[in-house]
Amino acid sequence: MLHQRPWHGCTTSGLSCGERMLSQLWRKPIVAVNRCVAHIEMGRIVTGAEDPVVLYVSGGNTQVIAYSEGRYRIFGDTIDTAVGNCLDRFARVLTLSNDPSPGYNIEQLAKKGSQFIDLPYVVKRMDVSFSGILSYIEATAEEKLKANECTPADLCYSLQETLFAMLVEITERAMAHCDKKDVLIVGGVGCNERLQEMMRIMCSERGGALYATDDRYCIDNGAMIAYTGLLAHAYGMSILLEESTFTQRFRTDEVLAVWRGGNHLRQMVSQ
Amino acid sequence: MGNKLEEIESSMVLIKQGAEARVFESKFVDRRSIVKERFSKKYRHPSLDSKLTLKRLNAEARCMTKARRLGVPTPVLYAVDPLLHTLTFEYVEGLSVKDVFLDFGLHGIVEERMNDIATQIGDAIGKLHDGGLIHGDLTTSNILIRSGTNQLVVIDFGLSFTSTLPEDKAVDLYVLERALLSMHSSCGNVMDRILAAYRKSSKQWSSTLNKLAQGALRETEGKKAHNGGLSSVNYVLHTMVRTGDGKWVEKLRELLVPLLF
Repeated sequence: MLHQRPWHGCTTSGLSCGERMLSQLWRKPIVAVNRCVAHIEMGRIVTGAEDPVVLYVSGGNTQVIAYSEGRYRIFGDTIDTAVGNCLDRFARVLTLSNDPSPGYNIEQLAKKGSQFIDLPYVVKRMDVSFSGILSYIEATAEEKLKANECTPADLCYSLQETLFAMLVEITERAMAHCDKKDVLIVGGVGCNERLQEMMRIMCSERGGALYATDDRYCIDNGAMIAYTGLLAHAYGMSILLEESTFTQRFRTDEVLAVWRGGNHLRQMVSQ
Repeated sequence: MGNKLEEIESSMVLIKQGAEARVFESKFVDRRSIVKERFSKKYRHPSLDSKLTLKRLNAEARCMTKARRLGVPTPVLYAVDPLLHTLTFEYVEGLSVKDVFLDFGLHGIVEERMNDIATQIGDAIGKLHDGGLIHGDLTTSNILIRSGTNQLVVIDFGLSFTSTLPEDKAVDLYVLERALLSMHSSCGNVMDRILAAYRKSSKQWSSTLNKLAQGALRETEGKKAHNGGLSSVNYVLHTMVRTGDGKWVEKLRELLVPLLF
């Protein structure tokens, strides 16, 4: 089973080489799996969410995704850096520990913050942009901390409030657009309980529910690749060795999610 | 005064609830009017929330009046209330283009009417864009046809902003194209007629339409792109499989399988 999307190039290259070798050794079929789709399918099976709008937030991805006509389609995206990347880099500015993760430490510190500092807020239709906020808060942090105008906790609090408000807003727009009621959050940043809380408030206002998981399923895991591969394999979607590859530019909406569709989709595959 | 306010409140009839605003029908000095109220979001920090709500309220009012100044008919703005977060404007009697086109889909297209509407749409967007205004949510439900005069009225400037970038203008047109394709595929080549009118109306049409064409191209090419590069490791593995008649695989299996089990 092959693991196909955004991951460091050299790691993936080695892994996929190994996977192909194993498939040759045991004469097992190769099934291509897109990592975003795997996150979504794992989230759906773990939480029982039927047909949610998905917010996929991690160190490398920020996307609002919903299933429509055979594919998981991307409705909102980041224009520049991913939300997890923005949080990680700010943790480095404050020299927070990487143990267990920078995002977790920002979350804990933010709980002690009280003062809200105005930060840029950049939402364009269903897209967001984080790089300007990061530059701004990096500069402000140095200035304000020196002048004792705020604490690192205040900065973490304000950053979280601003970034997550943007994410909830684009998710809500996608929900209104696709006429869906529930939300599923996946990806590493999805562990953040403040993000979950904000999303839950928004969902309940719209009469829907929030489905979220903890760090066991939010972050990358082998089970999600295996499970999604199994789904695809059950519908006869395996690939030839000669066609097997890996790519960091494998878009979520390129995958035909046959296991979710009706008969006409299955026929498309068998042809 | 208190009584008067209550009277106004009680005469408000909710006609649409969106993600960010509620739209009511009401009376403004005895005129039939629309009240658009932006409501607060409980998930947001209160100070962030009031900042955003006020900013967007003002932006919408500004964009609406700017469009009028550019010669594009919009509802007349009666009042802006920064405390209640409401805009009050004229009630436009008429159907939305969405309803008109859906009717064409059901009962057959009236060519003359279709042409007139498409021309008016292209002309209006051209005027907006040349004035540096991007509507931001051009769908067929946001364009009305005033009954009686058949004049086009553009509504909902909630996502509008000012920009002179060809890319922003192209996205504006692209959104409209998607809306037409998904809702009104039975209406044929409306978009072509709209673009023809846009070319006549906008002086900067060529850079905008170039961007629009590039976007469409990228969409089809993006689908092919990921099959491109095989890395060197892949290449070696592939050639080994092809040239070695799979002998190395047999060799590996002999070596590895006993070790693993």
